[in-house]
Amino acid sequence: MKQLFALLCGLIFGFGLIISGMSDPAKVLNFLDVFGSWDPSLAFVIGGAVAVSAPGLAWVTRSRRAPFFGDTFHLPTRTDLDPNLLTGAAIFGIGWGLGGFCPGPALTALPIAASGTLVFVPFMLGGMYLARHTPDLALLGKKGLIQ
Amino acid sequence: MDTEFTPWLSLAGGMLIGASAVLLMATNGRIAGISGLTSRAFARGTSGEARGVSIFFVLGLLLAAPIWLALNGEWPTQWVPGNLPLMAIAGLLVGFGAILGNGCTSGHGVCGISRGSARSIVATVTFMASAFATVLVTRHLIGG
Repeated sequence: MKQLFALLCGLIFGFGLIISGMSDPAKVLNFLDVFGSWDPSLAFVIGGAVAVSAPGLAWVTRSRRAPFFGDTFHLPTRTDLDPNLLTGAAIFGIGWGLGGFCPGPALTALPIAASGTLVFVPFMLGGMYLARHTPDLALLGKKGLIQ
Repeated sequence: MDTEFTPWLSLAGGMLIGASAVLLMATNGRIAGISGLTSRAFARGTSGEARGVSIFFVLGLLLAAPIWLALNGEWPTQWVPGNLPLMAIAGLLVGFGAILGNGCTSGHGVCGISRGSARSIVATVTFMASAFATVLVTRHLIGG
């Protein structure tokens, strides 16, 4: 059941991206181009999504002790603003502004197989792998493993 | 490349994205953050349960456009930048930055803001600012 609903959620998410126009990098890049061919659509996408998920997530996580098919709600607990959060977001923004794709739209557009998408997605997955498995240099330094 | 401003379709599509996030939390107890789900589909050290959910979610995302094609007889409209070295760099930065910063447009921009998370609000403002600046540079300062 878990997997079935995960599949359904992915499908709904993908349809949301297509209907909203966000699987099209041209619309995303035009949102970011305030001084050129500006298309404010992306703000309406985030607005529509938050209008549903803000009350929806609050209601679900407060009215139930656990999800329907699981033991616990996996909610982020960190509240500190660490350097990685800011650096990561800034790096992400540069890539997003260059390609017009963030991870959801890139995967949704993958089957359409434009050459730009076919290059973007493997490099995106590579970047994810690197970020997850590159040892934290500061941590290694503290342990005395590197100078 | 001009695009048409689509307030109603974008609002409706956004609401579907929000509904998907609520349904995933209600059924699986997980945040609908695409970078987290995608990387957990293949990263080492992920529990089998988290990996399974992630793989099926990504599969759903991948199936959306082909089902759209089957229903409408054509792919969704899109224009993708054709500069392939640029797209390689863009992909690398998006993937690396999203994991380092613990989230992307969906995890921080939709779910995090919905939960009123200060981290997500700061991350969203940061990546928006850096993306606006990037487009300003590429389209108006050097691209012309």
